[in-house]
Amino acid sequence: MEIPRHWRLNQQRYGLVGEVCPHCDTKIFPPRDICPACGQDAKTTFAFSGRGAVFSFTTIYEAPTGFDETAPYTVALVKLEEGPLVTAQLTDLGEAHPEIGMPVEMVTRRLRSDGDERGMLIYGYKFRPVLKPA
Amino acid sequence: MTTTRPNTKLLIPAKPVGIIGYGAYVPRYRLPAREVARVWVGGRTSGLPIKEKAVPGLDEDVVTMSLEAVRNALKRAGIDPAEIRAVWIGSESHPYAVKPTSTIVAEAIGAAPHVQAADMEFACKAGTEAMVMAMGLIGSGMARYAVAAGLDTAQGKPGDALEYTAAAGGAAFIIGPAEESLATINASYSFVTDTPDFWRREYQRYPEHGNRFTGEPAYFKHSTTAGKTLMEEMGTKPADYKWAIFHQPNTKFPQRTASLLGFTPEQIKPGLLSPVIGNTYAGAAIIGLTATLDIAQPGDRILMVSFGSGAGSDAFDITVTEKLLERRDKALKTQDYIARRTEIDYATYSRFRGKIAMK
Repeated sequence: MEIPRHWRLNQQRYGLVGEVCPHCDTKIFPPRDICPACGQDAKTTFAFSGRGAVFSFTTIYEAPTGFDETAPYTVALVKLEEGPLVTAQLTDLGEAHPEIGMPVEMVTRRLRSDGDERGMLIYGYKFRPVLKPA
Repeated sequence: MTTTRPNTKLLIPAKPVGIIGYGAYVPRYRLPAREVARVWVGGRTSGLPIKEKAVPGLDEDVVTMSLEAVRNALKRAGIDPAEIRAVWIGSESHPYAVKPTSTIVAEAIGAAPHVQAADMEFACKAGTEAMVMAMGLIGSGMARYAVAAGLDTAQGKPGDALEYTAAAGGAAFIIGPAEESLATINASYSFVTDTPDFWRREYQRYPEHGNRFTGEPAYFKHSTTAGKTLMEEMGTKPADYKWAIFHQPNTKFPQRTASLLGFTPEQIKPGLLSPVIGNTYAGAAIIGLTATLDIAQPGDRILMVSFGSGAGSDAFDITVTEKLLERRDKALKTQDYIARRTEIDYATYSRFRGKIAMK
């Protein structure tokens, strides 16, 4: 059981909430309170748009414990529109094949259960191909 | 100051209320009814209740689907989520038996912590139940905005009649003052009796139903009485409404209710989605409303009647305002989700829905 660890990450995981540096305007994800660009304090929260593009990806067939129920799945490095690179699963690919540069958008999905079927459910960001009006 | 309520069966808020924003969600996977027929009745395809139903992916549940529907509603509403004072989610498939769906949704949209949150349950009318409660909260002046949503990942026993139709999806609304609304809710009416047509006991995976008993004494009695009484009390007739939506457990039931009440097939057409997404339970009537709002024009009057087993119906009299035109393109439309479609077979469906015993 790792309740506090997951609970502390609710905001950033549910809504892709990071930080913005008040000194140089660098957008930071995950939040780390110190700006990686200018080294000064950066504690202002910033909600990312969730839009980005696939920077690189790989498909996992032998999943780590807790993720085996949804394998195989694709994990990508997603370059967010605002700058940061985040690691996340791709979802709802359907017939689409992931490719570098593919535009994606953030959705909140069920990541896994903490332990067995009695454990808490952990929700967080994944990315799907941008869904356009029909 | 005291106000005397008129002697009416209607539920009319003291201050006028309406829909500020609306959003739908339908997952991408579709299980054709003929696939269920192939596995369970030797492929007999006569009399199938729908064409296909929407199935949630492995990482989807009522929390994740509610979130996307509510986020779509917020895009249209254009309000600060911190101004929302209630998040009410109706469903019969909340992921936890104990722990609210609504707290997760409230946190994720930025409505927490100054907010009321609760999960509603009333079979297929849990979504409209949340809407009526939100009308009360806003209409009394207690709060400015409330979220009312209804979504399900409905359960159907393998091989049962309900497995053809038990689907996933739903809709969400931001309810607020009428002057900010894209559609005003003029009144609602609720008709409820103790009618045991469908239920699921605690710890049971699948619901039980009364077969033919689910028709006349349950669905038809409640939905037609609710629609008829609302119109009587409002002094309206079917021709006064441009559009109508009835709870849609299959294709035929809402068509028959419409016909019994005197509505034409054209009036129910934009909101009749069960043939292509199935019965989304708590989402079924209200996703018909979002699809209708997607095409409605200012001045159009809409009648919506839900039905929940157990049993009851909520009926709503709604009028579209000018604000709909500037807001509806701000989020994906119901038909955008329906057009996004990946067909799956019964084996994939069994895996997605956790019907394969792993231990």
